[in-house]
Amino acid sequence: MRQVYMISGGVTRFKKARPEKTHQGLVQEAFDQAYSDLPRLRKEHIDGSVASYFSDHFHHQLMAGIMAHDALGLVPKPSRRIEGGGATGGLCFQSAYEAIASGRMDVCVAFGFETMSRVRTWKGNEFIAMASDMNFDYPLGGFYTGYYAMMVVRHMHEFGTTPEQMAKVAIKNHGNAKHNPFAQSPKKLSVKQIRNSQMVAYPLTRLDCCVMSDGAAVAILASEKMAEKLSSNPIRITGVGSATDTMRLADRPFGDVPLLSNENKKEYKDLDYPGVHSCRAGRLAAKQAYKMAKIKDPLKDLSFVELHDAFTSSEIQTYEDLGLCKIGEGGKYIDSGNAHYGGKCPVNLSGGLIGAGHAIGASGLMQAVFAFWQLQGTIKKHFKNNKLQIKKPKRGLIHSHGGTGTYVTATVMEKP
Amino acid sequence: MKKILTREFNYSIDYQVSYGELSPFFEGLTKKKLMGTRCAACKKSYATPRLNCMECGKPCKWIELPQEGKVHTWTTCHYGSEEFLKQTPYHLVLVEFPGVSTLFQSQLKKVKEGTITIGMNIKAEFKKRPLLKASDVYFVPA
Ligand SMILES: [Zn+2]
Repeated sequence: MRQVYMISGGVTRFKKARPEKTHQGLVQEAFDQAYSDLPRLRKEHIDGSVASYFSDHFHHQLMAGIMAHDALGLVPKPSRRIEGGGATGGLCFQSAYEAIASGRMDVCVAFGFETMSRVRTWKGNEFIAMASDMNFDYPLGGFYTGYYAMMVVRHMHEFGTTPEQMAKVAIKNHGNAKHNPFAQSPKKLSVKQIRNSQMVAYPLTRLDCCVMSDGAAVAILASEKMAEKLSSNPIRITGVGSATDTMRLADRPFGDVPLLSNENKKEYKDLDYPGVHSCRAGRLAAKQAYKMAKIKDPLKDLSFVELHDAFTSSEIQTYEDLGLCKIGEGGKYIDSGNAHYGGKCPVNLSGGLIGAGHAIGASGLMQAVFAFWQLQGTIKKHFKNNKLQIKKPKRGLIHSHGGTGTYVTATVMEKP
Repeated sequence: MKKILTREFNYSIDYQVSYGELSPFFEGLTKKKLMGTRCAACKKSYATPRLNCMECGKPCKWIELPQEGKVHTWTTCHYGSEEFLKQTPYHLVLVEFPGVSTLFQSQLKKVKEGTITIGMNIKAEFKKRPLLKASDVYFVPA
């Protein structure tokens, strides 16, 4: 396999509604930013693209991907669409990685978008719920917030995690978003405000949940030769991992924990895993990515993480899946301050999905762009402020997650 | 900037979705039976039917499940997808059955939010007029 680099990225502002643009217009906006950031890049260098969007329903359009590829002027170069619920962006990024690593392409554009404002919020929730089993899950009152609520109620029961710990995640992510000009929901919040906001599905309140967005993101990946030719500040992709779990939450097994290299069997001897409290696919994706990137202790070896925080509870679960702390100690991890700027491994400095927004197909690529800028040290250039730029970041991880942890990707990016 | 135009329209579809090989489960609901499956080879059993074993891949046989179990986890939905907004608040549960390897998702009825607990005993009830949907069965406190 060949080495793969990210050489440029772009994101649109994420907003509740962007009626002034079609989906291809949004992709163009993100692409223009990525393109203008890399003056040596020419259209003829681009070998093809991969499209990331979740739902045909939101767009009321089949083959929406080619329309964006076409609008970018990339026809007749090859393109394909990737789909895996919330993990669509992460899967798309890895698909572009594979195109370069295999030698099929030297420069590949990964683009993602979603225009969720085209339908009412609760209809949008219905489309998302259609990504649960339509025979066995959906007819009972299909609602993703409900599924995640059941997961965290069990997490609270097993490990003593509290709604106040979850609220701290929302405070951090909405707070980080204040420094990100692309973010949809910058807010200064208190635990009390979060607990007192409308209950959506116990214990998740409205402020524990990310919101729906219109937006697009673009990541341009290249081979070593083309990265050297086109970029003075490329970022290397040193680890990729991905895994799956059963479509239905009800089918999750009660087995043993897949151990990371800094864990031992004894710590988890009484724990049934994953049950519904943990995401096995997140753990297995991280395990593969760590092995490839030679990461022994994620807390020490990663400078930061951008993870899929569709809910505050899922951020806590993911700390554990990724091994930033032991399984069951996610609540303590947010309490410790290590997830905050200045902590041992800050999480979602961009604001994550909770703070920056969740335009489903764009989200995993948005994470890649923010991680890329963080590793490049160009947060000031792109955010117009330096507030959350880590000093000398070495290595970052992006985590993209779909369904109830049904598709998960983990990708390690590193300053060469 | 020029004026942005939008167009509003409705879109509806009639489907005829087949339950195919899963049909015995839905037929069971019409007879007040909960049908799961069990792997003939490794004996793992599935509260939500799977026709091939998740562990060993061998074919599974249909079995009748017990109708009493325990709450493994729960939530109360105060909002929902558009189709279910009018039912709110409703309670979702994952049910554990004794001796069955996996869980079963359902609604819990005839109970108040503050009184639902993990481990609580619950039993199946069936709709009088089944609609051939997973919601033809629901659970109530035992
Ligand atoms: Zn078996």
